[in-house]
Amino acid sequence: MTPSIKVEQAPSVQYMLRLADTTLILGQRLGEWCGHAPVLEEDIALSNIALDLIGQSRALLTRVGQLGGQGLHEDQLAFLREERDYRNATIVELPNGPGRPGDFAFTVLRNAMMATWLRLMWERLRESSDSELAAIAGKAVKEARYHQQHSCDWVVRLGDGTDESARRLRAALDTLWRYTAELFESDEVDAAAAANGLGPRWDALREPWLAEMQALFDEAKLPMPADSAFRSTGKRGVHSEHMGYILTDMQYLQRAYPGGAW
Amino acid sequence: MSEIKSDPMKGQGTKVAAANEWPLWEVFVRSKSGLDHKHCGSLHAADPQMAIQLARDVYTRRQEGSSVWVVRSDQIVASDPADKDMYFDPMEDKVYRHPTFYKLPSEVDHM
Repeated sequence: MTPSIKVEQAPSVQYMLRLADTTLILGQRLGEWCGHAPVLEEDIALSNIALDLIGQSRALLTRVGQLGGQGLHEDQLAFLREERDYRNATIVELPNGPGRPGDFAFTVLRNAMMATWLRLMWERLRESSDSELAAIAGKAVKEARYHQQHSCDWVVRLGDGTDESARRLRAALDTLWRYTAELFESDEVDAAAAANGLGPRWDALREPWLAEMQALFDEAKLPMPADSAFRSTGKRGVHSEHMGYILTDMQYLQRAYPGGAW
Repeated sequence: MSEIKSDPMKGQGTKVAAANEWPLWEVFVRSKSGLDHKHCGSLHAADPQMAIQLARDVYTRRQEGSSVWVVRSDQIVASDPADKDMYFDPMEDKVYRHPTFYKLPSEVDHM
């Protein structure tokens, strides 16, 4: 049995871990579509996005391993932590929709929201005081720009498509919107990152993100939802009931075959 | 077309399937060092915007390309395979049409 690992709690490490876990878990969720997308071409497109996100996470986790001072490998960080030590925003751990692989409208709307958020984040991280993080951002921002284009196109197609596609997209928006607030809340981790130039406070992304969502929703004939008082707390390690299941899927192999590699 | 007419049931099935399917597009990719776009396959997409994105996703995943073209398959006019002998066989004995019989100035590349 491989014991779980603990990660350094320093704010700079936590800041990167939040981003690493957010891309990791979203990549894992999108991977569930592999072999199940509505058409072959979109199946490959979704898998490409998932692999881009996993790649971003790998680079970030490697950096976290270097900074943490414990010599942890990306695989140990990705697969051997306990639920409370994952720091992704809750929105990315939500299932793709009812059943497997889930709802396509929900998937593309979350992708559009997250790709826009990540693009804004990577653009700013290119100026990070951590040169490694800046380099990761320089590569990732190109990927995020494409993810945004592809997923926003789908949102417009579905929102301005048939009655059924519009209904599903609105239902997805109703579910997702309250989870977006967490993406724009800042705490001591953000304050430290902003102070030493590591990266922006998450709340600094709110205005530009909302402006892009407003433009997208207008085109997709979606109403801008009202703010909710609900606050998810995944980035502090307190997750939804869905997190345990996704970790079970992800961690099975590393727990059953410790150190297993290709 | 004649094939479909000969089997009314099959013809109907083909029609229904075609009505529910996105149109077919041919994909041409120019490689990093390449001078021209080369045909590399086809895909289904609802419109030009989706076609160019999916072409990128399906046909340039392994660094194959630096530029992509897509064109609706039904917009391509193709020679009839039945005309092959009439169209192409007469050229078999006209070797003098190759430029190998001329001395080219050395500055001329890519002939």
